[in-house]
Amino acid sequence: MAKTVPVVEDILSTNQKIAFKNRSQFDEGGVFAINLMASPGAGKTSLITETIKGMSGEYRIAYIDGDIATSIDADKVAKLKVPAVQINTGGQCHLDAMMIQKALPQLELGETDLLIVENVGNLVCPTSFHLGIHRNVLIASIPEGDDKPYKYPGMYQGVDVIVLNKMDVLDSFDFRMDYFRQGVEILNPGLSFFPLSCKTGEGVREWNDWLRTEILKYQKDGGEGYELR
Amino acid sequence: MHELPVTQSILEIAIRHAGEAKRITRVNLVIGDLSSFVGDSVEFYWDMLSKDTIAEGAELHFRRIKTRFYCSECENKFHPSDSNDFVCPECGSAKVRVIAGKEFRMESIEVE
Repeated sequence: MAKTVPVVEDILSTNQKIAFKNRSQFDEGGVFAINLMASPGAGKTSLITETIKGMSGEYRIAYIDGDIATSIDADKVAKLKVPAVQINTGGQCHLDAMMIQKALPQLELGETDLLIVENVGNLVCPTSFHLGIHRNVLIASIPEGDDKPYKYPGMYQGVDVIVLNKMDVLDSFDFRMDYFRQGVEILNPGLSFFPLSCKTGEGVREWNDWLRTEILKYQKDGGEGYELR
Repeated sequence: MHELPVTQSILEIAIRHAGEAKRITRVNLVIGDLSSFVGDSVEFYWDMLSKDTIAEGAELHFRRIKTRFYCSECENKFHPSDSNDFVCPECGSAKVRVIAGKEFRMESIEVE
């Protein structure tokens, strides 16, 4: 005799559970963790490099890099003398909570103030797979075009702050800033927005200041009140 | 390529809720258009992964939820059009927010 069993469970609930575990490990160690997402080539590694250069004197920073293959990015960042862990996803298009969980023993969480996770370059799915970090950062860039919020709404909805990189080439592209920002505003009202150029350094200080404020708030108030990301 | 771990997760949840049942015959899923999952790929992996489990041969049923916006200016509720500028088709306002389309869950399973 057939019967229906009600389930009502999020399909990614197993990932969520591990993400919670990661989160509690971060909070135990007092580590403020961010996840950087972007399409390939938007400037994730450049922004991370600039961030580390600007802030490593004040905070103990660690780095986890997710890539389908190679350790090019982790090698670049390790040159800046911060602990760097490479995760090769073996073809998978995003990091998931288990990959982070497995990487954590390689870091001294008690000796870390800020953990920067660089996700696989992809605008489709990384926000669906929570990692247990505190804030999601999206890096968009001028050459990608102004229609990306409309084409990848899931990504633009799932982030806490947006950086618009490569502002130095704005004049060379037909990038309608109003159109771009309207899409962002609809999907994610009031989102913090930092236009900058990793190449010229313009705007990087404002971004670093935002991050400093976030770290201070975290260190003062602790990990309560952050949505699982 | 993320449907494989997702399908593993679907299988794990279904089997966990099946209890003492001999067989799972159908799995009912709700997927919003804003969630980035492709039903066809999930089905492809499902056949492989469910083999030799109590879910082998179970039918996957997807209830798709269309993306829906709410205009806070004129209270109109609408589906975004393919031209995709997201503004309200009634009053032209950009003060709209997403009210549906992010769903990704299992609603129920049918067992014998």
